[in-house]
Amino acid sequence: MTSEAITHGGAMNPEGDGWVTPDGRHIGPVVLEVKNITLRFGGVTAIKDISFDIREGEIRAIIGPNGAGKSSMLNVISGFYHPQEGEIWFRGQKRPPMKPFQVARQGIARTFQNIALFKGMSVLDNIMTGRITLMRSNMVDEAIWWGRAEREELAHREAVEKIIDFLEIQHIRRTPVSRLPYGLQKRVELARALAAEPKLLLLDEPMAGMNVEEKEDMSRFILDVNDEFGTTIVLIEHDMGVVMDLSDRVVVMDYGKKIGDGPPDEVRNDPQVIAAYLGVSHE
Amino acid sequence: MFYREAGDFKTTYREDMQTFPIRLDRRAYWMIVVLAFVVAPFVVNDYWTNAVLLPFLVWATAALGLNLLTGYCGQVSLGTGGFMAVGAFAAYKLMTAFPGMNIFFVVLLAGVVTAVVGLLFGLPSLRIKGFYLAVATLAAQFFFVWLFNKMPWFYNYSASGQITAPERTIFGILVTGPSAAPAAKYLFTLTILFGLAWLARNLTRGRTGRSWMAIRDMDIAAEIIGVNPLRAKLSAFAVSSFFIGVAGALFFTVYLGSAEVTEAFGIDKSFLVLFMIIIGGLGSILGSFLGAALLVLLPVFLKNVMVDILGWETYIAAHLELMIVGGLIIFFLIYEPHGLAQLWRLAKEKLRLWPFPY
Repeated sequence: MTSEAITHGGAMNPEGDGWVTPDGRHIGPVVLEVKNITLRFGGVTAIKDISFDIREGEIRAIIGPNGAGKSSMLNVISGFYHPQEGEIWFRGQKRPPMKPFQVARQGIARTFQNIALFKGMSVLDNIMTGRITLMRSNMVDEAIWWGRAEREELAHREAVEKIIDFLEIQHIRRTPVSRLPYGLQKRVELARALAAEPKLLLLDEPMAGMNVEEKEDMSRFILDVNDEFGTTIVLIEHDMGVVMDLSDRVVVMDYGKKIGDGPPDEVRNDPQVIAAYLGVSHE
Repeated sequence: MFYREAGDFKTTYREDMQTFPIRLDRRAYWMIVVLAFVVAPFVVNDYWTNAVLLPFLVWATAALGLNLLTGYCGQVSLGTGGFMAVGAFAAYKLMTAFPGMNIFFVVLLAGVVTAVVGLLFGLPSLRIKGFYLAVATLAAQFFFVWLFNKMPWFYNYSASGQITAPERTIFGILVTGPSAAPAAKYLFTLTILFGLAWLARNLTRGRTGRSWMAIRDMDIAAEIIGVNPLRAKLSAFAVSSFFIGVAGALFFTVYLGSAEVTEAFGIDKSFLVLFMIIIGGLGSILGSFLGAALLVLLPVFLKNVMVDILGWETYIAAHLELMIVGGLIIFFLIYEPHGLAQLWRLAKEKLRLWPFPY
């Protein structure tokens, strides 16, 4: 732990379970830890004995060439895949095998590499659906509507409007998402994930296929989310500039194995990482 | 004043989320409610009440039910006729076993029985989707028609195999049986449909409705944001079957009076209701009403035009009617898969900017 802090150039906090980054953000204790995860599909080993931790308040990037197992890793964390070996510890407790919706209820939200919005619904409804884990009214309340269900709906609407303001999508509230351009759809998906007020937010290539301007916007939103809501973020991204600028620590994967882990500057100069990305010359 | 949203400002979220955000819509809604409840029973003659209004109300109830399942939750069902039969036979057994029970509760309980049955037949939806699920629900259709034919207990061992609804009253007024006044039957059915439509609207605007639509649009994403697919699908099956069961009970007790299962609740009824929601609009409550209205009114209208006005033979008219309805379904599938309700929505969008193109 201490060594990590030193490589960050940050000062340890008084409790000794985190540090302050050079730009003044507080990195707290470990929120989620994966231990020795191995995931196989038949004979193919997608993830091989990977361990890393995610600390409260940090932006943690997972990088690696195509097919390295990054998305599989996210799918393991969000409960889509169940690894054959290894453990996941969330907020100090070992997590039993869970279905994705149970993981969501624990406070882990995510976005998808390919947009996975509800195409038949408006932007507002999509984001409102994101708050489903926070809604408490039962079907009888809802059938009657007056009273509890309506009060709850109004309260959630207000919270959703804050997110809409935050992500600057007021003008498209009522638009069916299928009519929106790609960049905005990505933003709505982020809004939907944020609506759940997650402790941990997993972003699978949030900037894939975007132009520079859209990437800048998205980077700004990610930093703002981290800063204002204190949300811990795990980020998979191919744009190295973005990764190096945004993230506090980076996990590097290649062929299902972890080949690097540390702050961006350290990872950038790691010969193994350079080899994986640029190839090595065999003289 | 134009019919459009522009200029109709909302200052609270409550106002913004109301069912009819446009003032003219709200007025039209209340006018229709008043017309349907207060004016129609006194103005419309018995023939029209029996031949048009009653079947419209019954089919609208069934269409509403199927729309919740297929339109909102995306689970295709071809078992509507079978579930209506369950509602009808449940109502029959309840009426004959408990003669003192009020018909209103008989109809609701028949719905509850159907909901439980629908829940069971919804279980396959957890593993299979789309066409395969449609075939699984088709099994329900054939199973119930077979069951109600083969097990004499269900029709109280009557020699003809028919079930006949005994006379029942509400507030001392007959609503079932051959001597009930059409206006009374109409008001009874209308009241139940009104209540159910309100229920459907409430369920679809909140958490439950969104979880259904999320499952429909992308089940993986729905799961990842915390929708329990088991709960969402089964609740859709249960609620939908409740509506369809009530429709079946009303169809038998109020509209038909007596029924024979093969004829009254055959596979053609399943398709009829499915066509209603396709033409009316999947995932729209208004669409359920429009679709039911079109498929109930169109045959009457065509028959009137072709037989009474043009003087054609009845059998030609009957065949032409089939062709026209079939053509309409194909037309809607190709040009407007979201049905009449979508046409209405588009018209609204055009009107928002009218007379300017954009």
